[in-house]
Amino acid sequence: MTALRRRPVPTDPRVRALIAHATRRSRERSTDLSRRSFLLGAAGTAGAAALLAACGTGPTAAPSAAAKDNSSSDKLVRWANWTQYLDQNDDGTEYPTLEAFEAKTGIRVTYAEDIEDNDTFYGKVNGQLKNGQDIGYDIVTLTDWMAARMIRLGYTQALDKAAMPNSTNILENLVNVDFDPGRKHSLTWQSGFAGLAWDKSKVPGGLHSVEDLWKSELAGRVEVLSEMRDTMGLIMLSQGVDPSGDWTDDDFYASLDILREKIGSGHIRKVLGNSYTQDLSSGDAIAVIGWSGDITSLNYESDDRFEFAIPDAGGTLWSDNMMVPIGSPARSNAEKLMDYYYDPEVAAQVAAWVNYITPVQGAKEAMDAIDPDLAENPMIFPTPEILSNVSVFRTLEPDEEERYNGEFLTVIGA
Amino acid sequence: MSIASVLDEGVSTGPVAPARRRRSRSHWILVGPGLVYLILLFVVPVGALLATSLYVPVPGGDIGQYQPALHWQNYVHALSQFWPVMLRSFWFALVATVAALVIGYPMAYAIAVRARGRTLLQGMLLVLVVAPFFTSFILRTIAWKQILADDSLVVSILHWLNLLPEDARLTATPFAVVCGLTYNFLPFMVLPIFAGLERLDARMLEAGADLYAAPITTFRTVTWPLSLPGVVAGTLLVFIPAVGDYVNATLLGNNTNTTMIGQVIDARFFKVLDYPTAAALSVVLMAAIMLLVTVYIRRAGTEELL
Repeated sequence: MTALRRRPVPTDPRVRALIAHATRRSRERSTDLSRRSFLLGAAGTAGAAALLAACGTGPTAAPSAAAKDNSSSDKLVRWANWTQYLDQNDDGTEYPTLEAFEAKTGIRVTYAEDIEDNDTFYGKVNGQLKNGQDIGYDIVTLTDWMAARMIRLGYTQALDKAAMPNSTNILENLVNVDFDPGRKHSLTWQSGFAGLAWDKSKVPGGLHSVEDLWKSELAGRVEVLSEMRDTMGLIMLSQGVDPSGDWTDDDFYASLDILREKIGSGHIRKVLGNSYTQDLSSGDAIAVIGWSGDITSLNYESDDRFEFAIPDAGGTLWSDNMMVPIGSPARSNAEKLMDYYYDPEVAAQVAAWVNYITPVQGAKEAMDAIDPDLAENPMIFPTPEILSNVSVFRTLEPDEEERYNGEFLTVIGA
Repeated sequence: MSIASVLDEGVSTGPVAPARRRRSRSHWILVGPGLVYLILLFVVPVGALLATSLYVPVPGGDIGQYQPALHWQNYVHALSQFWPVMLRSFWFALVATVAALVIGYPMAYAIAVRARGRTLLQGMLLVLVVAPFFTSFILRTIAWKQILADDSLVVSILHWLNLLPEDARLTATPFAVVCGLTYNFLPFMVLPIFAGLERLDARMLEAGADLYAAPITTFRTVTWPLSLPGVVAGTLLVFIPAVGDYVNATLLGNNTNTTMIGQVIDARFFKVLDYPTAAALSVVLMAAIMLLVTVYIRRAGTEELL
């Protein structure tokens, strides 16, 4: 499996031409059922969110105009992303697609796995963003709700879509998201699920529901995410509450009480961001609420020790979005990079490594050439059944977010 | 050892003879750079912190938007919610300081007194004490996380020896956090004590023995009092940063029964964007540390030393 996953697109130009042709043809015919169903499935959840966002507050005290673009004189782009979120070579020392981009365009890329969770990252840079200053990144990759905040507050630059021909490859259901209709300020990087993951050798029966996490034999070895929407979303779903729907304070607090009790009793050992994967590796955690792609990546390093599943009661679906911060002096370099990653072949290469849902049309066909098994992997190209079982946490008003997030953080001990 | 000696001199300084100084401009020129530095990087930020601690949210504003006010209720709110965490931080820091003293004093004694005269050995031992600083603080703490992990050798051996109950763990416990604090701040205890003991006149110990004092008595009446300035400096250097530490608590703890005040301030500031509460907690922490340190220096420091 390891060998297959990292197999690059064949170098033979004729084969490449064939792949490209096949990709184009299938796009024209638009026969890809699973993708269309994906659109239908996700459209419902996005619709509910759009309604709620319509009454959101407008930008308040937005920073001054975007920084001057020095892209042509300084060929550099600085990208902040999450860990294990870009294809790497076997040693984990190089990023093949990034190097191909550098070779192709002559633009140097500083790639930093600096995002551990949305709140922490935003907390560090928001002071500079407010003053329109350069935060040291030209592309930031943040989850929908945080992207919504960044765009609402005017902390992002408008993208020149004419300079990004590949950007039209974005999946149709992702074009008109409530926080950025028409994708004027953002482009999706990857999407994924939050669900349950466990160590197969230590949890032989596996997990089917959030309640399974509370079994006594797992006490002290369960960890959940510090991302409120994922942890709370999953617990709410287990209580029969749809987080994308019109739930009330009572619904939220009832689920929060469950979390409080499990943390208080020591059943949940830690609540943390991306670093839960380290605890799975070290054995400190054997059952977690985690993210789909992480577990697949982790399995490559540890002989398929772990398994991921969306709970029967449902999981959450989220997307991370690339944006150019207001103070970045390298917007057009950043646009070139985003455009490059919307080339279906490149997108397939990334998806084959990160194992998250790729937002690029044609990537499935390109994936067929890399690894037909992965093209059928429902975690990368989800089936309608899976999509019908996940929801997007509804957009929160600023005051709601402050209250819920504050309460959540208090419960998790921060 | 210059830093350590400066520090313990600071502690042991007695009343200075009121020498008449010529007032001239050179006086101000010498003080100037330091004064400007302190005003810009200490007085101004502390002022800003005090001001922020009294802010209120902008009515109808977005997350993290606050406006100036004199809302003293912020302190009541912050303390009523977080006083247990505050107490826990002081408790952890105290335990870590005592542990560092118990571990560090014999180390310093061995290096300064026992290894006296053997310059090479002394130098090597000192390098060993300082060596961990060559690696990043964060990396060392992450290494501890691996050392104390459930599947680690340490935990397996403790289980095997029945020193640790079968279902007990080490990471994400107060024990792990206090261990981390002790480990990370140990050199700050050893170095000042070493600096104090290094100047200990061996003839005094001989004199003690000549007067038929048992070694323990000599230690109690001669060595210990003479090393007190170093002990006071060391305990302060461990205690103060340990109270506000959040790296150990985050990496080795991250459980609600290990939360320390530094974590709360960090989370309120960077995650909830609740700047007033974060600022109020910082002010309270600062005031509490200052109060404790003043009392401590007055009791343990000057009075006994004079």
